[in-house]
This record gives sequence, C-alpha cells and structure tokens, in this order.
Amino acid sequence: MKNIITQLNKLFESRVRLGIMSLLMVNDWVEFKRMKEMLEVSDGNLASHISSLEKAGFVEVRKVFVGKKPQTSYAATKEGKKAFNDHLDALETLLKNRD
Amino acid sequence: MSKHQEHLETLSEIRSLMERSSRFISLSGLSGVAAGVIALAGAIVAAIYLEVNLFEEHHYYVIRQGEKWGMDYWTFFFVDAGVVLILALAAGIYFTTKKARKSGQKIWDPTARLMLINLAIPLGAGGIFCLILIHHGWFGLVAPTTLIFYGLALLNGGKYTLNDIRFLGITEIILGLIATYYLGYGLLFWAIGFGVLHIVYGIAMYMKYDR
Repeated sequence: MKNIITQLNKLFESRVRLGIMSLLMVNDWVEFKRMKEMLEVSDGNLASHISSLEKAGFVEVRKVFVGKKPQTSYAATKEGKKAFNDHLDALETLLKNRD
Repeated sequence: MSKHQEHLETLSEIRSLMERSSRFISLSGLSGVAAGVIALAGAIVAAIYLEVNLFEEHHYYVIRQGEKWGMDYWTFFFVDAGVVLILALAAGIYFTTKKARKSGQKIWDPTARLMLINLAIPLGAGGIFCLILIHHGWFGLVAPTTLIFYGLALLNGGKYTLNDIRFLGITEIILGLIATYYLGYGLLFWAIGFGVLHIVYGIAMYMKYDR
C-alpha cells in the first residue's frame, strides 16, 4: 500500500494544477484566458500554479502577438503527460484496493 | 470527507474538465427534433408541388416543366431548400443557446468553432458537388449525394461534440448509399434522412442528456 501512495505526485495535489493538466491532456494548446474561464480561478492563482508546473518541466509556454496584444498559450510536455497518467493510475489503484 | 471519496471526486472532476474543454456538449436534442420536423414539412411541400406520391418511384426532373404557385421548378426547389435550411439552423441555434444558458456554458468557444469548421468543410464540398451535378443534368443523384456528404460532415464534426452525432452521420451515409441504388425514390430517402432520422436521434439525445 505504501508504495502506491508514494506514486501519487505531490505536485498534482492542488485542484488547480490537476485542472490545468486535465485541460492540456486533451487540447494541444490552451490560451491563458480560456484556462481561467474553464477552471474559474483568478489570474494570479492560475499564473502561480502554471509556473510551478513549468518549473517541473510538465508544461511549456508559447507567446505570440495578436495585433499588439501578447497571447500566452500552454501545452503539456511529454514528461508532464507521463507524470499525470502515472498519477491517475495511482489514484485508480488506490480506489480499487479500497473496495 | 474520506480520502476515498476525495479521490473519486477528483477523478470525476478531471473527466468532466477533459470532456467540457474538448467537446461541444451543449448541443440540444430538441434542435434535432425541430430540424427534422422542418425538413419533413419541406419534403411534403415539395411532393405537393410536384404532385407526386412520396412512396412511388419517380424521375423528378421530367415531372414538371411549367409553373405552379407562380414559380418554375428551379425557383421552387431553391426557395423550398433555402427556407428549410434557414428555419432548421435558426431552431438549432435557438435550442442550443437555451441549453447552454441553462447549464451556464458558453455557446461560442473553441469547441464550438472546431465542431463547425469540421462540419462545414465536407458540407461545403457536398454543396458544390451537388451544384455541379445539377449543372451536368444528373438531378437524380442530388438527393442521395446530400445525404452522403451530410453524413460525412456529421462524422467529422462529431469528433468535437456528443458521440451520438457520429452515429447519426454513419446512418446518413448508409441511407445515402441505399438511395443511390434506388434512384427514383430520392425525395422519400431525403425525407427519411433529414426528417425522420433527425427526429429519432433528437428525441434519443433529449432523453439521454437534456432532461
């Protein structure tokens, strides 16, 4: 049992970070504004969670200019997708073992 | 809340986010029912104009050369099809907006755009293809062709909305192929494909998602 719990990634304990990764698993590039709307969080909150995922190498950032406005989009990296899948597997195993 | 419950809730939240962010889920079953009723009415009006029985074999393009209701064959054909298309689209937008509002979803978001673009490309190709068929005088092929291209469009756009739309697409394609074989029954197959199938799928989707 113990080693299953350690497979749960600490980084994904936050609801917001889980949400960010969920969006990036099924969409190629997601814009900051769209992410904010889907997750219903504040700018600052979202930005700090994204930067911690970015530091871990799970998320990559792309900035483009639409007219004069900068537009920031995010995508999950290969490592990020793997880590998230492992986390989900661990969650599922935990649920199964309990029943 | 126990850890167990917490994990379960986390998983269902993840699933819902994935679904909502990649698929347009506000599509209303009622818009299918409305579109079906409108299409059936359009087909019946066409049968009355042509003075034909839907269930008999016909070669529509030789039936009527003169005018009726002050319109020649082609004017009537485009007015009838145009009115059906506009009313069906309006009903679709109305019921879908209503459903989106009820569940607090946005009607215009990246998923709606993806769905529409993927619908529009095969549909546009089909429309142009039909105009070319008419240009060459192959009128009998128009009804089956609209069914096949509409089915392909639904199959393609269905990737970005409720899965039922893909099954509707496959059904339309099969019906279109059958209609291509039984060429003289174009209007009947058209009424089944755009009328009856929309109503049946619309009701099924309404029962499944909207209630």
